Order: sequence, then structure tokens, then C-alpha cells
Amino acid sequence: MKKDIILAGVGGQGILTIATIIGDAATTAGLNLKQAEVHGMSQRGGDVQSNLRLSSETIYSDLIKQGEADLIISMEPMEALRYLSFLNKDGWVVTSSNPFKNIPNYPEEQQLNAELASLPHVMSLPIEDVAKENTMPKSANVILLGMAAKHIGILTPEQLRESVARVFAAKGEAIVETNLRAFDIGLNTANK
Amino acid sequence: MILRKLLLGDEAIALGAIDAGISGVYAYPGTPSTEITEYIQANAPEVRSRWCSNEKTAMEAALGMSYAGKRALVCMKHVGMNVAADAFVNSAITGVNGGLVVLAADDPSMHSSQNEQDSRFYGNFAMIPILEPSNQQEAYDMMAYAFELSEEKKLPVLMRIVTRLAHSRAGVTISKRKAENPLSPDNERTHWVLLPGNARKQYACLVQKQDSLLESSEHSPYNNSVTTSEKAKLGVIACGIAYNYVMENNPQSLNIPVLKVSQYPLPEAAIRKLASSCDALLVAEDGQPLVENQVKAILGADYPTKGRLSGVLPRMGELTPDSVGEALGVKIDKPFVDAQNVMPRPPALCQGCGHRDVYNALNAVAREYGNARIFGDIGCYTLGALPPFRAIDSCVDMGASITMAKGAADAGVHPAIAVIGDSTFTHSGMTGLLDAVNDKANITVVVSDNLTTAMTGGQDSAGTNKFEAICLALGVEPEHVHVVVPLPKNMDEITRIIRQEIEYQGVSVIIPRRECIQTLGRKLRQKKSQQ
Repeated sequence: MKKDIILAGVGGQGILTIATIIGDAATTAGLNLKQAEVHGMSQRGGDVQSNLRLSSETIYSDLIKQGEADLIISMEPMEALRYLSFLNKDGWVVTSSNPFKNIPNYPEEQQLNAELASLPHVMSLPIEDVAKENTMPKSANVILLGMAAKHIGILTPEQLRESVARVFAAKGEAIVETNLRAFDIGLNTANK
Repeated sequence: MILRKLLLGDEAIALGAIDAGISGVYAYPGTPSTEITEYIQANAPEVRSRWCSNEKTAMEAALGMSYAGKRALVCMKHVGMNVAADAFVNSAITGVNGGLVVLAADDPSMHSSQNEQDSRFYGNFAMIPILEPSNQQEAYDMMAYAFELSEEKKLPVLMRIVTRLAHSRAGVTISKRKAENPLSPDNERTHWVLLPGNARKQYACLVQKQDSLLESSEHSPYNNSVTTSEKAKLGVIACGIAYNYVMENNPQSLNIPVLKVSQYPLPEAAIRKLASSCDALLVAEDGQPLVENQVKAILGADYPTKGRLSGVLPRMGELTPDSVGEALGVKIDKPFVDAQNVMPRPPALCQGCGHRDVYNALNAVAREYGNARIFGDIGCYTLGALPPFRAIDSCVDMGASITMAKGAADAGVHPAIAVIGDSTFTHSGMTGLLDAVNDKANITVVVSDNLTTAMTGGQDSAGTNKFEAICLALGVEPEHVHVVVPLPKNMDEITRIIRQEIEYQGVSVIIPRRECIQTLGRKLRQKKSQQ
């Protein structure tokens, strides 16, 4: 069994935290894992992605082949579309619908949303708005992870939830509680 | 108990080096190598690990530690090899005492670099063993192997990695830590004093060692074959990380035998054997076509050897499982075409960054002169080349802002302005400034000091608190050294000083100083969490 996931976003949005949580859950579950990250210049507000590969078998490549990703998890709608050629035919896109506009030629939002909506398996939510409404502005990424949880498949939502607690444990009980709540908001939204 | 950790390739190398008993790591930060030294700093405080001013000083300090009998690691990005090259090449002539491993992290596709030069050429050129791990576990295991090989052959060993290995995580099984070597400085002065008479003997000795290096490659545990029973149409030589891309395409199912190469010099016998069982060979190597050319030399022009030069793999850029798959005849199945509504999103200077104010001031003054030229340098502030600033006219190599401004000023360009960061200035800018002072070049140098090495994530900068003293000591006149605080409210003062110093016929240095907002934010968060 394998799961190839592309995490996408803009430098500074927290996709590496999502990767860390999934990585912790995979390691605890005894799965093999490869996670290619972007460090360096792009982290200054450029587009960033991480290829996350989970499998019960040996994983060779650190990079996912085009047409083979099972899931794209994106913190930003345009960034979700950037990796479309990597998605397999049954693949899911789980994305934030809040645009991050730091370029002058950002696409027209209506067209962008229409293109996203035209995909066969897509789920989007304005996670930043939801995070603010729930007074957890820094946990938008964990809401997104909760939304994607049931599509990860190779790990259960419960395993991921335990990893949320472990990854944030060093930051204190209050931050763990906030992020567990964020995870549940995402999970419940996806189950609606 | 088996200990397993989830590590970046860089971290696996760092922990491998710690467990191999290193006494020091010497490095200048550079993507994608930075995390190696950071990991050692965080996890083995007993290992000497303070950042060096540049890759040459790092290489020399590591050689000194090796001279003293202890194991040393030196790390850099590929272009750092150019800076370290003098010491690096000569370290093969002196040979080593304690194990010495040089780690070069190449950046094919130039994710964060100015070129995609392949460090294996340096190893080849220096005639020393090269190791090229294919995955994180090998990166860890190879460090102990590299230090043993270095001490056995009495030569430095080059370990070459690429961005994808450096910045990718995987589970790594950890071994026991070895104790460091005892202090035992070398007594063979003729090895170390490279007067021509000694150097000739040492070079002859290096040439003589080549057979034993080849022998070591032929029997390396890291060079091995996946064979097929019958004669194959195509065989593959897969170097370093390219092995993963080959295996991802399941070559066994295609009856394609694979020779994995992770130790050089190339195992010639193994290559001849593979060639004899195949009609043609494909060389899959990340970086430049070094091995492809060498294989042609081994097998002759009549044997069909394919790769980046023949065009079945792209001539430039990093390999991917897709490009290697195509070269193996595997079709890519893409159910979704590229999206329409996607625009490039280049990186940018952070909001609130002091470099922004520096460029706003420079642009304002430059506009007043029709012919101002601003020579940039390597760092976050290179992003001043992009909109909205479009402020710099050049960015070439570490320190080149000052020296290129001098050359252009010598030719008659005025105003000739150099913009260089604090860390880049101490890396390679100081010597150029001395040239400019000695020749009374008509240039204005802006040392944009954010108190850190910001681009690579905020490492300590070698010259912090010393810049005025350095400039004065190099002979810049005191009345032409200015410190300003780059904030919008100080714009009048900053532009006035820039204007005044452009008008001065000689070398002036303006130091806009304000802490990087990334490191400042990190410090404030740490402080808050400690309360």
C-alpha cells in the first residue's frame, strides 16, 4: 500500500508543519516515508511544495512521478492547481480557498475557482477565515490537515490526531488543545 | 535496540559524521548544505562547529585538524568549492593524517544558486575518492566509511550530494558513536611543506595511489549490480540519487540490468562487464555528464552510450523519475493537463526588511543620475533585482559587487555603487575593498548589515559589530564611513549621505544596519515562550 501526497503553499504558510505531523504518524505506524522539502530562496514568499511519500514497501524516489499523486493538500488555491499534472485520475485536491496575493498578475479569482471546481475530486474551504472565526489564526494549516485526513487513507484520522498532539507537545497544553480543535474542525467539515 | 530516526539527508550526514568521531566541522552556510553544520551545532556541542568566514578558511581549518590527527568534516554548497579550491586541490597533494571529508552539496536546477556546476569534477581533478550517496541511510552509513577510507588512503575524500537528497527526509537506522581520534600531529614535514621538490614527490605518490583507489571502487559495498539473466537491449549506470529514479521505474520488469555507482573513480571492470551483456548503456547522473564522457572513453566510440549528451536525458536541470522513466521507455500517464490559472510566484524580500529601505533610497538617488550602476551580490538582497525594486545591475559571485564596481569605475562608470550584505562582505568583500582603497577607486560601497546570514536561515555572521573597524583598518577614511538605520522615517538622511558619498572622489562605505526581521521575530518568540 502507498500514498503519494503533494503539499503546496506559499513560503511561510506552514506546509512543513503538516508534513511533520503526517511524518510523525507514518513513523509511529512503522510505514516507510520520504519527504522532499523546499529550503532556501523560495521560502521568502515564493511557491513551495513538499513531496510526501508513504508506503509499506521500499520507496526509491524522493520525488513523485507525474500522474501518480493520490492527494494534493494546498494552503492556497492557485498553488493547488500548480501541481495538477502530478495528480492521478482518482486523486483528490484538498485546498484552502483563501487566495494569497503577493504577485501583481494573480489570476482572476472567478476563473481560478471555476477551474478548481471543474476537478472531479476537490474539497475547498476558506481555512484562514475559519481559523480566525474560531480564534486560532495560526492553526489554519492544521484545519486543512483535518480536512484531508480521511483521504490520506494509509493512516487513520485518529493516528493523525495523536500526532498533532505529539508534534505540538513541546509548545504546551494550550497550543495542543487549540490544534486538536483545529484538526477536528477540519475533519468534521470534510465529513459533512 | 535498533534506533531509527527521521532525518533530512543533510541531518543524516551530520549524525553520520558525529558518530564517525569527528572533532570539528568547518563550513560557511550555503543552500543546500547549511543544515549539516546546524545539526552538529545543535546535537554535538563538544564538536568544534563555529561558522567560518568562507569555504577556503573552512577547508584550511579542517586540513589543520586532520594534520593534528583528528577527524574533520568541511561542508559547502557547490560554488563554495570554487572558493575552497586552492586548499582543496592541494590537500590531495599533502595528503591527510586524521580523516578528512569534504562535503559538497550541488544544486542541479539552480533552486538557490547561480550555476549547476558538478562537484564530482573537482574530485576527479584532485584525483581523490568521491562518494555519492543515493539515499539518506547511505548518507549516514557512508560517513563512517568515508573517514575510514580517508585514513586508509591518506587522502581527503569528497562526498557529493544534491539538493533532493540534502532536503528530503527518510527513516535512518543509527549505529554506535565512535570516540574521537587522539591528538597526534603529523611529523612528516616533507608531506606538508609543498616546496616544489616536496610537491613533486607528493604528487607522484598521489598518482601512484590511483590504482588502489580504483581497486577500492571495484569492491566498494556501495557500487553494486542488479543483473538480468539474459542479454539485455539496454543497461543502466545509475549514479548517486539517479539510482532512485531508475529503480522507481522498475527496471527488472523491463529486463534492464542496473549498475549502481556511488563510489568513484568509476569501477571500470564492472562497467565493461555490464556493457558486454547489453546492446547499449544509459548513464543516469544528476548534474553534468561527467560519467557519460568517462564511460565513452572506457568503452570506445563504437559502443552506444546514451545520456545527457546523447539527448535521451535533458542536458541540464535535475533528473526526475519522469525524465529517467522516459529514457528507459516508460510512458508518463497524466490524466490532468497543466492548469490555466497558474502564475509564477517568485520569492520576494520580506515585508519590513531593511534591505527594502536600502533599495528605496538607492533607487531614489540613482534616478537623479542618468548613468548610475548598482553592482549587487549574493544574499537575500539579490531579490532587489526583481520588481518592485529592479535596483541592481549585476550579481555574479560572493564579493563581486565591490570589485566589479571598482573595475567599472576604473573604466569611467559613475556613479558606481556596490551593494553587499554583512556576511558576504566578510566572506569575500574585504580583500576587494582593500584593492579599491589602494587604488582610490571612485566607488560607493553599501554594506547592508542585518546582523546575520539571512538567506540561509539566520546563521551568525562573522563580522557582526566589526564592520566600521574593518573598513577603517582597510584604509577607508573615517569621514567616509557612515552608519545609518534603514527605516522609512530616515529616508532623507540616507539619501543625503548616499548623494554626498557619490560626489566624493574615492572609496566610501555606507552601512545601513537593522536586524533581519526573521531573526528578530524568532528571538522575540523564544523570549515569549521562556516567560
